[in-house]
Amino acid sequence: MIKTIDEKEIKLLEEKAKQIRRLVIQMLAQAGSGHPGGSLSITDVITCLYFKVMRYNPKEPYWQDRDRFHLSKGHCCPALYAALSEAGYFPAGHLLTLRKFGSILQGHPDRRVPGVEVASGSLGQGLSVALGMSLAAKVDTRDYRVYCVMGDGEIQEGNIWEAAMACSHYQRDNLCAILDYNGFQIDGCTKEIMNLEPVTDKWRSFGWHTIEINGHDIKELLYAFEEAKTIKGKPTIIIAHTIKGKGVSFMEGVLEFHGRAPTKEEAEKALKELE
Amino acid sequence: MAEMLYQRDVYGKTLVELGKSDPNVVVFDADLSSSTRTCLFTKEFKDRFFNFGVAEQNMVAASAGMASCGKIVFISTFAIFATGRAWDQVRNTLAYNNFNVKIVATHAGVSVGPDGASHQALEDITLMRIIPTMKVIVPADGPQTRDAVLAAYQTQGPVYVRLGRPKVATLEGKGIFKFGEAEVLSEGKDIAVIACGIMVTQALDAAIALKNEGIYCRVINMHTIKPIDSKAIIKAAKETKGIVVCEEHTIVGGLASAVDEVVAEHHPTTVLRVGVRNRYGQSGEPDELLNEYKLSVKDIVATCKRVL
Repeated sequence: MIKTIDEKEIKLLEEKAKQIRRLVIQMLAQAGSGHPGGSLSITDVITCLYFKVMRYNPKEPYWQDRDRFHLSKGHCCPALYAALSEAGYFPAGHLLTLRKFGSILQGHPDRRVPGVEVASGSLGQGLSVALGMSLAAKVDTRDYRVYCVMGDGEIQEGNIWEAAMACSHYQRDNLCAILDYNGFQIDGCTKEIMNLEPVTDKWRSFGWHTIEINGHDIKELLYAFEEAKTIKGKPTIIIAHTIKGKGVSFMEGVLEFHGRAPTKEEAEKALKELE
Repeated sequence: MAEMLYQRDVYGKTLVELGKSDPNVVVFDADLSSSTRTCLFTKEFKDRFFNFGVAEQNMVAASAGMASCGKIVFISTFAIFATGRAWDQVRNTLAYNNFNVKIVATHAGVSVGPDGASHQALEDITLMRIIPTMKVIVPADGPQTRDAVLAAYQTQGPVYVRLGRPKVATLEGKGIFKFGEAEVLSEGKDIAVIACGIMVTQALDAAIALKNEGIYCRVINMHTIKPIDSKAIIKAAKETKGIVVCEEHTIVGGLASAVDEVVAEHHPTTVLRVGVRNRYGQSGEPDELLNEYKLSVKDIVATCKRVL
């Protein structure tokens, strides 16, 4: 039975997502490099996970029964860092040190950041990492869940499909993957560079339960995460249709912002839109 | 006649020991459990063994996820696949996090035999040694394989243990294994022969042959290649006329390079290398291949004479 979701709560989550988007813009403008497009496309997914779905305690980052999160598309870490800071893992003061020498906030995430379980950055490995975490729960008979956000370009990596096969072979129903399907990768749109379609059929044929939703609709996201918890005997993937650069009009669907930070002026303009 | 053992059998049995004493030990394999002998662990602890099928990249990255949850994970396959096929997973996802994963790889070197070039890892020591958090152990015989696996278990972080395919003779009088500390197996002031793995036996045989000609070798078993025992190397450089390094591996980046690096910085002396020179392996019996790749006792003898 899927729980009904309170409208007020949805509003609060939408506000939180906006706050994370603001932080992402500020961090990237200050850093002068990084990946705004994908950070903004995963913001709503990350917001739902950290502020509604997942079980964790920022005061005890290594609490054994915590739900695990792994950002396989490591380059979109600004959204994760902002969420971790908002969740209380570390003070907000660190955020503006992103990508700077000596910062805990490296260009791609690693374990010096409280709340980051496993480093990422080299694409295509995160689903395997999540599988390892999920199997550890089985070995230890713990009931935590594992969440893994992958990029769409990223699933062109063969390692992803090795993991996809294994997650279903081992019936990892405590594992929920999220595909950030924004349709773009560095060199262009996924359709042109290396077509992923029919992507849902691919996952289904690998033995996964699939849920396709609008990855910016908080309500749809929350229902999808609830549904995933009810699926037994197989892993779930949420195919989240998203927009690269979501929330900032001049970044939405603009390839350039995959890997270019906003200038100071662009950041000001973006922050006005996100007020 | 010396006892002959498969290092892989010793590995499998040692895993069972560890499985009994520590519930946190988990074992992964990639469809080679009967060859790597992780199958011995499977029989006893099926809930702590996971077969990844023919998918080494997935196995390595999953071991990182498993280790992040506090497990000590032993992962096994052939050396070429563990270190070559999945190198990026080892570097970026396993070792960068300094996770407690032990890569125990079998079928290293030309002594794999008939399977030929694709299955004969000659670069694995190099590939693992260059990764900052990785430690590397190459045990010389059966009993030392147990020592190496236990040392890997006790050492925090990632460790690579290199094992061979064929049976190897048990060495006499080795003393107690100490991780990171070379073993001096015979004393001599003319030449220091530093070897690892199956080349230690070859080096000892070469030393006997040379002794008959009045040339005395200090034979050193450098079972731990990283961290390397610099003291033993510097001492050998100072006290002998030169060093011969023997490894069943490319001469680029492995034990020979590790010795060269220490000697060059601390006490320059002649270092000659017995190893594979810019070649792939091929099919054949181990003895035929050791001859072909100039890794035989007579090759070591000839190289030692070049030092003098």
